[in-house]
Amino acid sequence: MTALLDSLQANFAALPAAATGAEGLGDARRAAMLRTQAEGLPSQRNERWKYTGLRALSARSFVADADTPRLHPAALVDIPRPRLVFVNGRLDPALSELADLPAGLSVDTLSSALKAGDVRAAQLLASPFEQADEAFARLNAALAAEGALVRVAAQARIESPLHLVFVGAPAAADIASHARHHIELGENARLDVVEHHIATGAHRHLGNHLMQVRLGDGATLTHARLQDEDAGATLIARTDATLAAKSFYHRVDLELGAGLCRHELNVALRGDQAQFSSGGALLAGGRRHVDTRLAVEHIGRDTRCDLLWRGLAAERGRVAFHGGISIHAGADGSDARLSNKNLLLSDDAEIDSQPVLQIHADEVKAAHGATIGQLDATALFYLRSRGIPLAQARVLLTLAFCREALASIGDLALIAALSPRLEARLAELEAVQ
Amino acid sequence: MLKIDNLHVRVAGKDILRGLTLHVKPGEVHAIMGPNGAGKSTLGNVLAGREGYEVTGGSVSFEGKDLLALEPEHRAAEGVFLAFQYPVEIPGVNNTYFLRAALNAQRAYRGEAELDSMQFLKRVREKMSVLHMNDELLHRAVNEGFSGGEKKRNEIFQMAVLEPKLAILDETDSGLDIDALKLVAEGVNLMRSPTRALLVITHYQRLLDYIKPDYVHVLADGRIVESGGPELALELEAHGYAWVKDRIAP
Repeated sequence: MTALLDSLQANFAALPAAATGAEGLGDARRAAMLRTQAEGLPSQRNERWKYTGLRALSARSFVADADTPRLHPAALVDIPRPRLVFVNGRLDPALSELADLPAGLSVDTLSSALKAGDVRAAQLLASPFEQADEAFARLNAALAAEGALVRVAAQARIESPLHLVFVGAPAAADIASHARHHIELGENARLDVVEHHIATGAHRHLGNHLMQVRLGDGATLTHARLQDEDAGATLIARTDATLAAKSFYHRVDLELGAGLCRHELNVALRGDQAQFSSGGALLAGGRRHVDTRLAVEHIGRDTRCDLLWRGLAAERGRVAFHGGISIHAGADGSDARLSNKNLLLSDDAEIDSQPVLQIHADEVKAAHGATIGQLDATALFYLRSRGIPLAQARVLLTLAFCREALASIGDLALIAALSPRLEARLAELEAVQ
Repeated sequence: MLKIDNLHVRVAGKDILRGLTLHVKPGEVHAIMGPNGAGKSTLGNVLAGREGYEVTGGSVSFEGKDLLALEPEHRAAEGVFLAFQYPVEIPGVNNTYFLRAALNAQRAYRGEAELDSMQFLKRVREKMSVLHMNDELLHRAVNEGFSGGEKKRNEIFQMAVLEPKLAILDETDSGLDIDALKLVAEGVNLMRSPTRALLVITHYQRLLDYIKPDYVHVLADGRIVESGGPELALELEAHGYAWVKDRIAP
């Protein structure tokens, strides 16, 4: 037993009645908790956790809730409505703005669905996670009592993006929060979602997010995830997406903050002609550790994935990237591309890149490439020879490098909205070099 | 304006410039000609401050300041501009954004107010029409996918916007057909002024038909071995560089 699991066991005992009330849910949660206790957290001997050690985390204790000063709305002034806001894992109804949602879009929270006895919400939590290394998913199954539940009705095309905002705020103690989210798009439905993980001050909380995404036939989801948490924060995130025939999933992930952030992005292209395009920029400065693990499965025929990821490590930062693509037997006509380029900006930084392609079908196209390098000295000199100071020239080049990954969502307004945070974080990196 | 005295430069352990002396006054156009490997591009690069060029002797002063002690960006802000022989492609950096950042960084260094986007655009439009530049190039990434001629014109366009005191053109004619060469030369000629000096580095006399120099220097074995007026370029064209080598041979 570790301090971490001991403290989470105590949090489990304090779960609100509504969280365990549904038939069978309490048993499912207990089973998940018991198994986590029995198996513990994965060690680095486990191939899937080779680059991320959990020893320091497992020695820490977290409470389920602690006094958090109220947040002033000004802190979120640049995030438009409709928005759902959670502070340290708790819904903040005052900051959330969900009035006048467009027809076809429904947004609820897991806590209110459980309280209302929503069977579907209870079922969502009841599915077990069997793999040995899925400790955090099991903890999530045991402990998640909050989250965002989003549904778009068939044929509904939602114009304005929905913002899901997760704020880490300074509090009286270190909080562990577990959130389960569900996004479901009906046939031919369309939605843009922006996930924000941000901080209003220094803290050392643990966030454990599990998001399930289901796209119906012909549905299109554009999904941006901006992670700009405090350097003390630990984030464990997992996204499981299933795509039906002719659906599109456009996604971009910006990992800019947090002390430790592990994200598993699992996408199953089940239906024929389903498409997944995904870009990401992983930025590790200071002593930050960013670990992103993609697992894309081509199951239907004529499916396509386009993965464009960029990694950047400076100071004592560390980036681990695993790009896994698996083309199942029978998934003929699959087209898979993975590009992972990395910039190593200091001698003390480290980048591990692992592109893995498994092909069990005939007649597929698959291409992957991974590079690790430094800023182009000729380009730097060119910029400086025009009068641009060294630090600014470095920011310009690194920003251009990362922007390539943003382009994969194709939504210019969204890219423009995400860029300032990226620019600020890059400028911060260069300033200390 | 520019005083190069007895300059010695080593590149990758090899002595390339060996005692080069050259003085340039405002308003003058100097052509530096010479055979391949004479050190022509080294001269341009060392003046602009490129890494990897080790100065082992001599001095360079620009308007009384020790140019060699300045960072590349500060040399630019002092008024030195190098038009590259091989302009660099920079994917993801917009041409307009890049140029405005450069201009404003230079102005900040000189203690001048930054130009806002309206003022900047006005200046850009002026220079573009003068240089017959295509609008579309502004919205592309710096030099990305540009043809050889477009890249060289972009260099001259940058020069026009940045308005340097000393412009060094490093083999600006290389890789250009005659039409592109004329356009580039026309752009350069528009930049000539009593307060601005030009250093035109070229292998061929051809460019000097269009950009008339006041002085022509022959660079061989790392130093200037012959100086004269425009007629020197014609003699070189007629007799080849071997002729100069013969003349300087003891």
